[in-house]
Amino acid sequence: MWNLQGNVQTKGYRDGTRIRALLTSNEAIAEAVRIAKPEVIAAYPITPQSPIVEKIAEMIARGELNASFVRVESEHSAMAVIHGAATAGARVFTATSSHGLAYMYEMCWWIAGSRLPAVMAVATRSIGAPWNIHGDHTDIVLLRDAGWIIGMAETAQEAFDMTLQAFFVSEEVNIPFAVGIDAFTMSHTAEVVEIWNPKIPERRQAYRVLPTDRFAVNAVTMGKARMKARYDLAVDLENSAKIIEKSDAEFGNHGGLVEKYRLEDADYAVVMMGGWCGDAKDAIDMLRGEGYKIGLLRLRFLRPFPRKAVKELGGEVLVVDKGNSDIRGVLGIEVSSCGIEAKNVVAGIGGVDVGVEDFCKIFKNFVEGRIGLEWYL
Amino acid sequence: MILPGNTSCQGCPISLAMRCLDEIENPVLVIPAGCSTVVAGLHPNSAMKIPVVHVPFASTNAVACGLKEAYKRLGIEANVIAWMGDGAADIGFATLSASAARRDDIITVVVDNEAYMNTGTQASLSTFWKAKTTTSPLGKRDEKRNLALIMIAHRADYVATATVGYVEDLRRKFRKAGKLKGFRFIHIHCPCPPGWRFPSEKTIEIARRAVASGAWALFEYYNGKLRFSGVGRRYVDKKNRIPLADYLRSQGRFEHLSDEEVKELENAIEKEWEIIRKFSND
Amino acid sequence: MDLEPLISRMKLGAAGETGLWRNYRPAVKKDLCNRCKTCFSYCPEGVINEEIEIDYRFCKGCGICKEMCKQKAIEMVPE
Repeated sequence: MWNLQGNVQTKGYRDGTRIRALLTSNEAIAEAVRIAKPEVIAAYPITPQSPIVEKIAEMIARGELNASFVRVESEHSAMAVIHGAATAGARVFTATSSHGLAYMYEMCWWIAGSRLPAVMAVATRSIGAPWNIHGDHTDIVLLRDAGWIIGMAETAQEAFDMTLQAFFVSEEVNIPFAVGIDAFTMSHTAEVVEIWNPKIPERRQAYRVLPTDRFAVNAVTMGKARMKARYDLAVDLENSAKIIEKSDAEFGNHGGLVEKYRLEDADYAVVMMGGWCGDAKDAIDMLRGEGYKIGLLRLRFLRPFPRKAVKELGGEVLVVDKGNSDIRGVLGIEVSSCGIEAKNVVAGIGGVDVGVEDFCKIFKNFVEGRIGLEWYL
Repeated sequence: MILPGNTSCQGCPISLAMRCLDEIENPVLVIPAGCSTVVAGLHPNSAMKIPVVHVPFASTNAVACGLKEAYKRLGIEANVIAWMGDGAADIGFATLSASAARRDDIITVVVDNEAYMNTGTQASLSTFWKAKTTTSPLGKRDEKRNLALIMIAHRADYVATATVGYVEDLRRKFRKAGKLKGFRFIHIHCPCPPGWRFPSEKTIEIARRAVASGAWALFEYYNGKLRFSGVGRRYVDKKNRIPLADYLRSQGRFEHLSDEEVKELENAIEKEWEIIRKFSND
Repeated sequence: MDLEPLISRMKLGAAGETGLWRNYRPAVKKDLCNRCKTCFSYCPEGVINEEIEIDYRFCKGCGICKEMCKQKAIEMVPE
């Protein structure tokens, strides 16, 4: 795998040249980071994200990436270091999963509220207790209220494209951007990825702090001003949807906020996000083969939430979740908030394998009216 | 580098310490939650003449590290100063320790008023033995942590203790730290009038009594050598010290102490001096 | 983007006219003062300048200058 990447580097390609390589989503993200040229990277290892930062450390050691890599002692400090670097005006990156995301949670709010651009990769892994290192979406949904843009990729190619788009979009709107990939099924699974070199503009941001300045950032703030800051963030998060859709063509043409799979004439719609949508699409095809008019609305973004696309769904709607809040799945709650009476299935928590046959079973039950709110155990 | 008319209490040692920051060139302050946050100014006003980045409680040294890394890469000259209280040093201890071990090229200043003062005087790990606080109403029984010794054990590039009782000595140490590179650490003793319960006019006198009774050691550590500071040198020897009671009984937080307890504390102080002397080359 | 909520600007008297906090004000007896500037060095607020003039808009009346003056040239008089 590494020899292949070594060859990719020595070819020294220019804008527009595309090279295909066999990469895991972790490696694809590392490649995208190399191309985006961040200046300060700080991360703490956690399964299954560690290979991302290991690859980045190797790239720096080999001179392929000119960045400062800070070895921090915790994820809280990782986000703190990149917050500091972003404040000074540097392009920054970090990566984490699960408990690491929980540990840096406070700093995630702080950097979003500070309106600083940043990119973070999240290999979505179950949060304990009890311990589980495998993939579900219980961790990334933590970020929902903090004010981040949250994207969920389905393939290694999309992970690569979305990471590049993340640097561009976050610097356009001054909001940090998280790129989610499923733990192990994506992070450690190799797929064919086209590596290409888009033009990413010079970093710009709303403000930076220099030693010659005479102001303070984020001092104790009373009600009205604090509320205005939160309001501004919410409005800009809404409007980031336009930037995401406008730049979609430049960054892989994956569909904007959502991907619509066989939805045009569908009587039954399934709403999902993440890597397992690949198998879901196969199940959709099989049911279509049996004559059911079923389609998939794959949410590429959890924030800003694709309310318009969800509201446009006609017919019966099923939401399949890989993360729950209480008895309900998180996406189930989000979709219901759009005024849709959706069925909800929670499956695949803790990395429990949900394959094509499982999806066929679930979707069959759905189209035959046998599902309400349940867990696929 | 702090303007008059700020929110600090009458006689506040933190405000006095911040005045001394003009000894450091190109400063950028990183301030976590604590008294310093409020003293630095409430939005929309900043009381500081230099830039301030306010940060969450446990993150100070990490944010300072990030700022410095970025300034370095962007070719900007800056002395990034992580300015925190003893409370932030508690909650951010792992961050502080890793920053020292990484040899981050920053200055760390701990303004130690020996309690979580901003939240109303709860005991911290730096609170003096047997002191009365809201979470130790009968007197603190935990051990007192010595941050400067811990930083020496990290082999930090420059470690100093200072006090607002001797501002020339404090300024000299700021000046020196501002010119050096590597991980620089300055631990400033800050007697707090409302927290320690003494009249605001006595701040400097009490700070000096702390040095004269041996309760606060003044030293610098760099190039592998620990040297006692001029103004405190004579008190290294127990014989030259003033009675500890002169220091303790001037503060309301010790009014419950018996004479035996004062004697106990004199021994505790001497025990700590034994460790400090082992490091010293004087 | 509206930076107003996030950025605080440098201001003299950030907490207002803190001179209103005083119960006693320091009065300097010029004939006793030997210009040692100890009061200037130790004023926590920085309201005494090198000419030993006090900015009473912001002096909080803490009394440290009176304590530090070896010449006893400063007296705290009721406000």
